[in-house]
Amino acid sequence: MAVNKLTETKGYKAKTIGIRALAYLFLAFVTLLALFPLILLIINSTHTHTSLSAGFHILPGAAFGKNFLKAWNDTSMFTIPRGMLNSLFVAATSCILTSYFSAMTAYGIHVYEFKLKKFAFNFILIIMTIPTQVSAVGFIQLLRKFNMMNTYWGLILPAIAAPSVFFYMKQYIESSMPLEVIEAARVDGSNEFRTFNAIALPMLKPALAVQLIFAFVASWNNFFTPAMVLSSSKRWTLPIMISVLRTNLQSQTGDLGEVYMMILLSIIPVVIVYFFISKHIVQGVALGAVKG
Amino acid sequence: MENEVKKHKSISYAKWGYIFIAPFFIVYIVFQLIPLLSTFYYSFFESYRVGTQTVGPNFVGFENYASLFAPDRSGTILIFKYLGNTMIMWILGAVPQLLFSLVLAVIYTSSRLKIKGQRFFKTVMYMPNLIMAAAFAMLFFQLFGNIGPINQIISSNGGETVQFFNQVWTARGIIAFINFLMWFGNTTILLMAGIMGIDQSLFEAAEIDGATSWQVFWKITMPLLAPIMVYVIITSLIGGLQMYDVPQIIGYSTGAPGGSTMTLIMYLNNYLNGPSRNLGMSGALSVMIFIITGVLSVIVYKSMVTNPDKPKKTKKGAK
Repeated sequence: MAVNKLTETKGYKAKTIGIRALAYLFLAFVTLLALFPLILLIINSTHTHTSLSAGFHILPGAAFGKNFLKAWNDTSMFTIPRGMLNSLFVAATSCILTSYFSAMTAYGIHVYEFKLKKFAFNFILIIMTIPTQVSAVGFIQLLRKFNMMNTYWGLILPAIAAPSVFFYMKQYIESSMPLEVIEAARVDGSNEFRTFNAIALPMLKPALAVQLIFAFVASWNNFFTPAMVLSSSKRWTLPIMISVLRTNLQSQTGDLGEVYMMILLSIIPVVIVYFFISKHIVQGVALGAVKG
Repeated sequence: MENEVKKHKSISYAKWGYIFIAPFFIVYIVFQLIPLLSTFYYSFFESYRVGTQTVGPNFVGFENYASLFAPDRSGTILIFKYLGNTMIMWILGAVPQLLFSLVLAVIYTSSRLKIKGQRFFKTVMYMPNLIMAAAFAMLFFQLFGNIGPINQIISSNGGETVQFFNQVWTARGIIAFINFLMWFGNTTILLMAGIMGIDQSLFEAAEIDGATSWQVFWKITMPLLAPIMVYVIITSLIGGLQMYDVPQIIGYSTGAPGGSTMTLIMYLNNYLNGPSRNLGMSGALSVMIFIITGVLSVIVYKSMVTNPDKPKKTKKGAK
């Protein structure tokens, strides 16, 4: 309290107000910067091709419905609703696998004493930063051998082994799961799998929620691997479809309103979900940081 | 008898440990480790296509590595050029990102400013990170295109059309800006967590001693934030080395203009998925990328291991 009295002089207070005003100004600028692409995208998706070619717009137009129907029903290169379904399927299955098996692995290493425990943990820590791209050559050859090219197996199955999600789960379990709970379950005659599924998993809900979302978004946005694996346009996920639009724009043959609408459709599900659960995400990122 | 029961118990639980970690390791070995090793293996073979014909696989030793580091007709060593491109675009995005994030983190955590509406600001700032990089790139490709809105504004003010994607520095700048926009929210949250982890009594003590905000920042916040800064910079660098989605769409597979936006992973993609399907060369290139990130990973690992101790030690020293 004595500290505050020293600093509560008139000059200090005035200065604080000044700096605060500057800080809010800066925050407003940054907020605008972060929102600007999305706002522009939404505005442009409401204009017709002719109106977009004619000049820059600050206000929305009236062609939202028209652009939507055109983007939704266009089958010339690919179909957007199909892409959304494909992306949804791949992202949903892989995020469930990632979260469940990362929790399971972390639980296994945390709860049980076994010879290779230390080795297993250090191994995962070491492989955590290996980029997936560097094993792409062998990965593609493997999928060819397994007859998994142009299928979703190669995108979904590897999700079971996600080192960084494991690491997050391990940190969370360490800080929030007392071993006594597991002991108690054993005394009650619960077998090990049941203990994990019925007692441990519910305790991990906050961490699972964060990782489910992150894994979903990562998979939804993934471009490199799907572009290598999926060759037929029926199986394409959204990022591949969006990348194909570039060819069209280069030759200036596409309908701009439709292009903007397609981009909007590819990101809007994630944006909507994000604004509902953003609190957990921001906290989740910070949590990972403190531990990291 | 009792001993036997105990022994039996612990053995059966050890078994469960292996069972629980088995799916992770099996999948990792099949889909990552074996491909990684076979990538290394392929790097010593000549294996590519010419038209419909397949050449190889024939063992060629280090020939692929030699041609990876051999200068092309114009005398440039492509792997160095593309590594350079990747680094330049990373630095262009990462430096402003770090400065921005540092300022933001200080503003958010300042006990003097007491910023309101933090949750709203943070939510909005983190959002670009979740938006599909491909969509972001496509949007900017359109915005800065020759007939895009930016050029419409320029020409309506009497300026000449700027061909943003045909000039080296504007093309690189736009790619860097997208990366900046996508990642500054993430960096801000990490740095904030770092600042909040600093012992508050240090700030109070500094205030009693009459330190200015500027002194507090440079003498307390920055030194104690150093470990997390190192972590942020190196993870960002590893992410930067993997830069692919944005330049691939903006620069196309050629890294237009003139290969100046071609990154290492795009180069890899061209060998691997291009018409030649050159497994040998892409294998050798993968090994090089692996080595570069491997060295950096060791540094990350070390900084992560020392992270929790460092602030504590300095805290004791300060007392």
